[in-house]
Amino acid sequence: MRRILSVLMENEPGALSRLVGVFSQRGYNVDTLCVAPVDDGSLSRLTITTHGDDKAIEQMTKQMNKLIDVLKVSDLTDGPHIERELMLVKVATKHETARAEVKRNVDIFRAQIVDVSTNNYSIQIAGTSDKLDAFLESVSQIGEVIEASRSGVCGIARGDKALRP
Amino acid sequence: MEMMSGAAMVVRALKDAGVKHVFGYPGGSVLDIYDALYVQDDVEHILVRHEQAAAHMADGYARSTGKTGTVLVTSGPGATNTLTGIATAYMDSIPMVVLSGQVPTMHIGEDAFQETDMIGCSRPIVKHSFLVKRAVDIPAAIAKAYHIANTGRPGPVVVDLPKDIVNPLEEHPYVFPENVQLRSYNPTLKGHSKQIKKAIDVIKGAKRPVMYVGGGAVACDASDAVTKFAEILGCPVTSTLMGLGAFSGVHEQSVGMLGMHGTFEANKTMHNADCIIALGARFDDRVTNNVAKFCPNATIVHVDIDPTSISKTIAAHVPVVGSIDVVLEQFFEKLEGFDSKAHKENLADWWQQINQWRAKKCLEYKLDNDQIKPQQVVQALYKHTQGDAFITSDVGQHQMFAALYYPFAKPRRWINSGGAGTMGFGFPAAMGVKIAHPDAVVACVTGDGSIQMNIQELATCLQYNIPVKIISINNRALGMVRQWQDMIYKGRHSHSYMDSLPDFVKLAEAYGHIGIQVDKPEELDDAMARCFAEKDRLVFMDIRVDQNEHVYPMQIKYGSMDDMRLSKTERT
Ligand SMILES: Cc1ncc(C[n+]2csc(CCOP(=O)(O)OP(=O)(O)O)c2C)c(N)n1
Ligand SMILES: [Mg+2]
Repeated sequence: MRRILSVLMENEPGALSRLVGVFSQRGYNVDTLCVAPVDDGSLSRLTITTHGDDKAIEQMTKQMNKLIDVLKVSDLTDGPHIERELMLVKVATKHETARAEVKRNVDIFRAQIVDVSTNNYSIQIAGTSDKLDAFLESVSQIGEVIEASRSGVCGIARGDKALRP
Repeated sequence: MEMMSGAAMVVRALKDAGVKHVFGYPGGSVLDIYDALYVQDDVEHILVRHEQAAAHMADGYARSTGKTGTVLVTSGPGATNTLTGIATAYMDSIPMVVLSGQVPTMHIGEDAFQETDMIGCSRPIVKHSFLVKRAVDIPAAIAKAYHIANTGRPGPVVVDLPKDIVNPLEEHPYVFPENVQLRSYNPTLKGHSKQIKKAIDVIKGAKRPVMYVGGGAVACDASDAVTKFAEILGCPVTSTLMGLGAFSGVHEQSVGMLGMHGTFEANKTMHNADCIIALGARFDDRVTNNVAKFCPNATIVHVDIDPTSISKTIAAHVPVVGSIDVVLEQFFEKLEGFDSKAHKENLADWWQQINQWRAKKCLEYKLDNDQIKPQQVVQALYKHTQGDAFITSDVGQHQMFAALYYPFAKPRRWINSGGAGTMGFGFPAAMGVKIAHPDAVVACVTGDGSIQMNIQELATCLQYNIPVKIISINNRALGMVRQWQDMIYKGRHSHSYMDSLPDFVKLAEAYGHIGIQVDKPEELDDAMARCFAEKDRLVFMDIRVDQNEHVYPMQIKYGSMDDMRLSKTERT
């Protein structure tokens, strides 16, 4: 089953490699990984999407928690949550119909065109990973997708629940 | 505020962390630290002959005392030579701090001379590591390293020290933190009260209980509490290879070691139990045999300080996260007013069954008039040390014979590489034990293969007068490999034969020690007596034994815990 794990850890050199090491060392899957400093910059927050059965996810959570640098691990998929992924995508728009059609798709998916050149549009879109997949699928019917860069999922729990030090 | 150089800080911080002995080997990147060692005598340094041995010595020192062992090595090859020692300590949760030199910070990443990424190399085999980048951070990093190494589930910690930060010409303020607080590291010592209650309910209701005691009980010095608990319940107790001695092997409730080479009664007791009380053990593959067939009728109460050890291989019905000593105190509170006598009467049938298994006498073997049997060597060792020595071991058949035929009555007396199975561990570990306990009898049970993996340390023993006894059970073979080849590969002894062994007596003498060779059964007793009479000398006993002996019992692969071979011809 797909899981979204949120991790709060010390923003120390080597901390990220230790965390990623746990995954490779123990044969767990990382589907996406999104990481940036938060709070006063002394902490990093990571969101990892992974898949596995309950036993594997439980071990994964415990193994991450065991790392000295890790403060907290929470499985967002345990409860209601919000997840978002950001994608930047460059689509070839060689003729007028392609431009119009891409623009129409951008509106439908509530994406934004953030750069325009003679031959292509650069588009920004945020949403669930499914939505990003659907958008990619859709625009690829119109013109060539030259490149896409995705942030990986980041997420938080809905309501009062929060991951804090 | 005191001002001093980074190099002086390293040595001073060791002293402030309570370190008395450092095992190490110098080299370019740590010369400044070595110079700082030279001008003091609070911390004694033992110069080894190979850095791997330094780590094993620190490890033996730690296992026998509970204190953190310390290693100091240079960058590059000096650091990488310790990796096997670090892995060995990691697998068995031994507190150790390894200080490694590193190239100057401005050259890190340039493939400078003797640069290796020690933090990266050691990452999967350490509890934690620090790359210290500023001299002022040295005392705090060292304080944290010792705190982390020896709290919670203990383990090795690497502190990498670039050369520029230990520059003797630059002075910085020195502050050693009195208390180490880490917001992200707070091991759980006390069990959750709900889980404690559940555990006690299950334990009280059990009709065929067994206590399964592992290295975790040794690590937190819970031996007395384990014994008290066992005596309240009156149940059988089995120990893992790592747990031997936490509960006395000569106690009437002991059924001995369990697992791959466990006793018939221990494995039978486990398999037929209705309740397994696991204390600081981790259900590893050398214990469980086939997990799908593991103890089908048992409710499992699993107490361990490390949550990852619980339900990793075998699901626990009642998990309790906490330190064994603390959790047992919580159990005792809950057991106040418990009718221990009535409970024991309820276990009478269970004991009757267990005694039938014991009657099998699975450790019996046939003596031979012409050849010494390896089991016999361990029994002679037991006799000549009154069962009260520190025994370290290497890895192989001799290790299993030692574990099975030398019942340990006290914790920290049995010192072996259980998790990693590192040949070459035993001898340097014995040296570390002897340095920690100069007045104690320390013997290393080893094999003709293993002893050659760190034999260079004979020189260190001469230099520092470390009179350990080497009991080498010489079967002219990599015996354990040979045993598997006999059993699984139709006796094809592919590269398990040790041709051209050295003359170990001459070798010992060349290093300035005493060597004794024994090959006749009737000479064994006298030779042992001579060995232990030489209190202040290292004695290397080269004992030539029957090459064809196998270790039994032995679990049968893919079977349940109690599927065992009992001899070359008999199986369960
Ligand atoms: C460093 C290392 N290399 C290889 C092995 C695999 N191994 C396990 S036991 C053994 C044979 C040990 O021979 P010896 O020390 O003579 O002991 P014996 O089994 O003969 O008593 C070997 C090669 C190991 N455990 N450690
Ligand atoms: Mg041998």
